[in-house]
Amino acid sequence: MGYWRREAGNFSRGAVLYRRWSPAGTECVKRWVLRQPLYAENRVGNAMKKALFALAVAALSAWAGEGPGGDPFQSAGGAVPGNRIDDLVVAELTARGIEPALPSSDAVFVRRVYLDVIGTLPQVNEVREFLEDTNPDKRAALIDRLLEREEFADYWALKWCDVLRVKAEFPINLWPNAVQAYAKWLHDAIQANMPYDAFARALLTSSGSNFRVPPVNFYRAMQGRDPSTIADAAALTFMGVRLDGWPEARRAELAVFFSRVAYKPTAEWKEEIVLLDPSAVTPLDAVFPDGQPVHIEAGDDPRAVFADWLTAPENPYFARNVVNRVWAWLMGRGIVHEPDDIRPDNPPVNPALLAYLEDELVRADYDLRQVYRLILNSRTYQQSSIPRSEHAEAETLFGHYLVRQLDAEVLIDALCGVLGSRESYLSMVPEPFTYVPDHQRTILLADGSITSPFLEMFGRPSRDTGLASERNLQPTDGQRLHMLNSTHIQQKIERSWRLRQLVETGKGDTERMARLLYLHILSRYPTAEETGVVKQYFERGDVTRAEAAADLAWALINSKEFLYRH
Amino acid sequence: MESQRRRHGMTRRAALRRGVLGAAALALMNGERPVAAAAPANARAKSVIQIWMWGGPSHLDTFDPKPDAGNDYCGPMGQAIATNVDGIQINAALPQLAQQADKYAIIRSMTHGVNAHETASYIVQTGRRPDRLVYPCVGAVVALFKGYDHGYAGIVPPYVVLTEPQGRFSEAGLLGQRYKPFATGGDPSRDPFVVEGIVAEGISDDRQLARRDLLHALDSLGRAMPGNEPFARLDACEENAYGLMFGEARRLFDLNAEGGEMRDRYGRNTFGQSCLMARRLVEAGVPYVTINYKGWDTHKQHFEIMKRKLPELDQGMATLLQDLSDRGLLDSTIVWWGGEFGRSPKVEWGAPWNGGRQHYGACFCSVVAGGGFKGGRVLGVSDARGEEVAERPVYPLDLIGTMYELLGIDPDGPLPNPRGLELRVLPEPGDGAPSGGRLRELI
Repeated sequence: MGYWRREAGNFSRGAVLYRRWSPAGTECVKRWVLRQPLYAENRVGNAMKKALFALAVAALSAWAGEGPGGDPFQSAGGAVPGNRIDDLVVAELTARGIEPALPSSDAVFVRRVYLDVIGTLPQVNEVREFLEDTNPDKRAALIDRLLEREEFADYWALKWCDVLRVKAEFPINLWPNAVQAYAKWLHDAIQANMPYDAFARALLTSSGSNFRVPPVNFYRAMQGRDPSTIADAAALTFMGVRLDGWPEARRAELAVFFSRVAYKPTAEWKEEIVLLDPSAVTPLDAVFPDGQPVHIEAGDDPRAVFADWLTAPENPYFARNVVNRVWAWLMGRGIVHEPDDIRPDNPPVNPALLAYLEDELVRADYDLRQVYRLILNSRTYQQSSIPRSEHAEAETLFGHYLVRQLDAEVLIDALCGVLGSRESYLSMVPEPFTYVPDHQRTILLADGSITSPFLEMFGRPSRDTGLASERNLQPTDGQRLHMLNSTHIQQKIERSWRLRQLVETGKGDTERMARLLYLHILSRYPTAEETGVVKQYFERGDVTRAEAAADLAWALINSKEFLYRH
Repeated sequence: MESQRRRHGMTRRAALRRGVLGAAALALMNGERPVAAAAPANARAKSVIQIWMWGGPSHLDTFDPKPDAGNDYCGPMGQAIATNVDGIQINAALPQLAQQADKYAIIRSMTHGVNAHETASYIVQTGRRPDRLVYPCVGAVVALFKGYDHGYAGIVPPYVVLTEPQGRFSEAGLLGQRYKPFATGGDPSRDPFVVEGIVAEGISDDRQLARRDLLHALDSLGRAMPGNEPFARLDACEENAYGLMFGEARRLFDLNAEGGEMRDRYGRNTFGQSCLMARRLVEAGVPYVTINYKGWDTHKQHFEIMKRKLPELDQGMATLLQDLSDRGLLDSTIVWWGGEFGRSPKVEWGAPWNGGRQHYGACFCSVVAGGGFKGGRVLGVSDARGEEVAERPVYPLDLIGTMYELLGIDPDGPLPNPRGLELRVLPEPGDGAPSGGRLRELI
């Protein structure tokens, strides 16, 4: 998938070629696609991939000789210095007599921060490198490295695509070509760390073709084109406010800012121009959501007037909404919960904390990565998920890290990564833009209309509304059945060349093999007790060694540690 | 059309404005599930088998033949045959179904006017035009009103799809994950029918149990966090999952329990065996089963495909009706046949179609049987070429509303939902949604 992204201009030309000149054009684009730089691992052929993995495992095998004893999940000492966030969180906890959790162990932290920041499991060699590192600042250093990783943009583009309803088909109907252009624009903006105010302004004020000026798709990615539908979407996205609860008159006032948005088709299939209605010659009188009236001259773009108000440093919604969203994404729960339901009667649980994060975002000129950095380096983020208080508010006030199921896309990527397998996806539309190379990671699927039964089952959002609650992380019986006993998962395990290699490397030495599998699948060493259980299983005698190894891998990928952020 | 949609949207918004938070919404804020009013126990229909003709079947080549329309409309399939009900004819390609006509009613005046798969699938299965919300389809609504929230304690989930989800839209819509169908996967015409998650090949029960013990013995994080709610929920799901694996469900999905003769009667193909499986599920009390029958989107080589597929449809569906009737299940089981639209009555003979039919939402047919629907009837009339509705238009919401009534679900009642919005099960009459009225003629 890397190629769609990296070659912006080429993509759209290639895509057009692909459509017009198939099958000759198809071949041409395929060749072009294959020339593009891919992930280091994807660029190499299968044989090379296996050889590289073998090298990593061999190195690991030598190193995996010994593991530390003790608690695998939390550490008594070794707390990071922390920051202002911790003062604010602990103040609320202390006031209620809640004792915060212990710091997480290095092994828990490395897995957690990879999953949270780049939506990707750490490779064994990365785990090893981190655990062996004796630098006391190694956590901060790792956070900095991850924020620069390419997968950071991949994963966070996925989240923004959820918020912005990036989907080709029913009921959003962006259509495939525009989806690719839009998703790529979002990805690039995140990768280039576009300041968040500029990001919002681009989405709200762009005009032009949905193919050539991708942010105009903001105005197309909704079920309806009337000003009030647009106002709903703008308020939900950038203010975290659901207009459902507003009086009709206030909603109508907000809709005025979008009353000049017009659409027109072109001769190109599914191309559409988003523009300001050129026939409008009267001035407008509108009212900002905070009650301030504004007069807009006939020649002015009312969307820009709204964007000016929205992105002003003192705006009560803008910074607050996005820092709350980022906090919720990283911590599993908003300071205002749910993160897109900001209203006076749903106050933040820790107002000082929310205000602090808002100020920090404005002070950093809307550089969101600074907010990530701040949160990720806090003791609050890095604490264990094991609570030390039974107080009912320990969870809502962030007295421990919140366990939660992996996103559907992250989970299937994790399974494929650990087992070295691939997934296929279905699109209802036979379009060239929906061609998904089989090594493409799922977090990179741009189009909400391209899917798989697995993604549907594990709660991937349908991207119909942009509401955060569309992503469902509640377990179901069906999910559990699928993980425990489906041919889909069973075949992934049985055909896994990675498992085979790990088992061969640990040949004859069950303890060593257990360590390798634990490090590879759970990013940690087994405890002595766990090693004992595994040895016993291998000595049962009624299963072959290969079956026992497959069962161990099955048990580990079905463990809570694998399925949940923790 | 545009103004109609706008008007519809405005009224609905007005409805949202009026309704602040109901009890269901308050319950949700406390992390509970919405609770729908239970369906009355005396409801006539207990279950639905939906035969979903994915892609849109031709109405002329099935239940609304037009033998006098000529070759440009009928192609090689212009023959109609008499049925076992006087005055009702269907396409000669369905001889077995012709002998079951006393059990079903044909609606020949279905219409919604939409020719796009996704939108049409949505309208036909939700009764709603697209607006700002995505509503649940009939199966999800039945799972809401007759499923786990209302004491359903069946051995498999209350909403089952054979074998793959439709994929055209999110079936549960705003109701969310809990009301999505359980998709069996696998192929019931293969032996064994490998139902994803329930029937595993190559893993013995002993090994299954042994590795479950291993999983539990290695559950270190779970033990470190006793009383953790998300983990407790996962454990509960796991218990249910093992219940499905080792309990009755496995036997339920074992079609060999039917014997070879019964399997032959239904036809040894995926559709036929899906019909048989659907009958077994309904017999076990499952309230909603969708047979997702693919392959009806026949733009090209339409007639070649019909010649292959119609006999399959004919045998499977006719046997299903007869078998349900023989077992006394037809009275309590609605069989609902139809796709998202019909196919263009006029055949496209030219390249690249070479004898194809396109999407056609202006006029098409559906078939309903059982559960309180009267058989041996025809409702509505299409014009001489099947291009327009001539009499008694039936919109999807009319048909769906009638099915809800038979199932004891109030189509005009509230639709509890996780977002706490005040919604109705179906749009209010006069709310801008076109309607021909519920199917009083058939009940």
